[in-house]
Amino acid sequence: MPHDHSDHDHPHALLPPDPALRIKALETLLTQKGLIDPAALDVIIDTYENKIGPRDGARVVARAWADPKFRSALLADATAAVADMGFFGRQGEHMVAVENADGVHNIVVCTLCSCYPWPLLGIPPGWYKSDAYRARVVREPRKVLADFGVTLPKDTAVRVWDSTAEVRYLVIPERPAGTDGMDEEALMALVTRDSMIGTGLAKVP
Amino acid sequence: MSRVHDMGGRFGDGPVVPEPEDVKFHADWHPRALAVTLAANYLGQWNIDVSRHARECLAPKDYARFSYYEKWMGGLADLLVDKGIVSPDDLAGHATPTPSPLAAKTLMANQVPAVLAKGGPADRPSNVTPAFAVGDVVATRKIAENVLVAGGHTRLPAYAAGAKGRILRLHGTHVLPDSNAHGMGEAPEPLYAVAFPATELWAHPEHPRDEVVLDLWQSYLSKP
Repeated sequence: MPHDHSDHDHPHALLPPDPALRIKALETLLTQKGLIDPAALDVIIDTYENKIGPRDGARVVARAWADPKFRSALLADATAAVADMGFFGRQGEHMVAVENADGVHNIVVCTLCSCYPWPLLGIPPGWYKSDAYRARVVREPRKVLADFGVTLPKDTAVRVWDSTAEVRYLVIPERPAGTDGMDEEALMALVTRDSMIGTGLAKVP
Repeated sequence: MSRVHDMGGRFGDGPVVPEPEDVKFHADWHPRALAVTLAANYLGQWNIDVSRHARECLAPKDYARFSYYEKWMGGLADLLVDKGIVSPDDLAGHATPTPSPLAAKTLMANQVPAVLAKGGPADRPSNVTPAFAVGDVVATRKIAENVLVAGGHTRLPAYAAGAKGRILRLHGTHVLPDSNAHGMGEAPEPLYAVAFPATELWAHPEHPRDEVVLDLWQSYLSKP
């Protein structure tokens, strides 16, 4: 294990100071040692740039809004319910869905690193990984919501989920009024990434 | 007592700046850093708790000034040296790299989809029986510190140390990070979602009915 050293003793300090050159040096070194297949890196990047993202989570939420049976299954065992839709894998091995309702608003954070449900929402946004979000949202969720332009009703309680283990949380936002006749595809368009983290609300059509 | 990464509840950080949903990475090298890290994890020389602890062990001034993926790279470089996979001379560019005996474990492009889809579940059978039931009031460890290893990895944030909460749900039995991060075995035990009233955690809570929920292992908890 790495132990505490003075700053200059950390091996990472031997790499070039510019981060772009630093990762290039690491990649080149590991490739030369036969420990990295550069083509594998391309597949990983393509997966998280193009294949996995918050539209997958939006489909789950839209289905929960449209299909009461699916909603019950999702709330009872989210891991199984979303795996049935093909969503499972790294950083989504143990899913729990939490539902916003009249008087309760849920928000997700990881104050210790940046745990996030990758298979449903993709790579976390920059702000989710920021010191400001990690430090503040557990203590002053409404002030953080104000940074997103969101105001909750005065009597609404906030429940902040700090992802301190390998359980990943998905917020089911409240279904907006005036969406009664809409099908799953149309509902999906109302579900934003931020609404599934809890820093936003679903869009009103 | 706490390390630099444990920042929940800290004062003094600025505003949170929202960003559009289609922004995936903020620099060309970010996806490379992500991919190199994931590919290196696959060599099987450490687990997720070890890699989290390696990032936490960055010097506070590095942790504070590094961007997210620089933290990943820093943790990775330190682990590669710590595990003897690369030498300091390799990192400094002073050596001609030689093929690694671990090369047989290298993640190849055709394996990537299956590996990412499989993930790494943390639930394990355990002979530790659950001591708490939904609704029980529990107290967390008074000091948020690894009790097995001085300065070691733990997942009890300092802001929730010594606090009283109630059990919301049992997640089953999961690998204990405090043990698994230090080569001491997975030591699985019951894992609970525990709800803490904001009034228990903060001197000036925003709302009397707000709560913070943490996922906490049984050995972090006791009957108050």
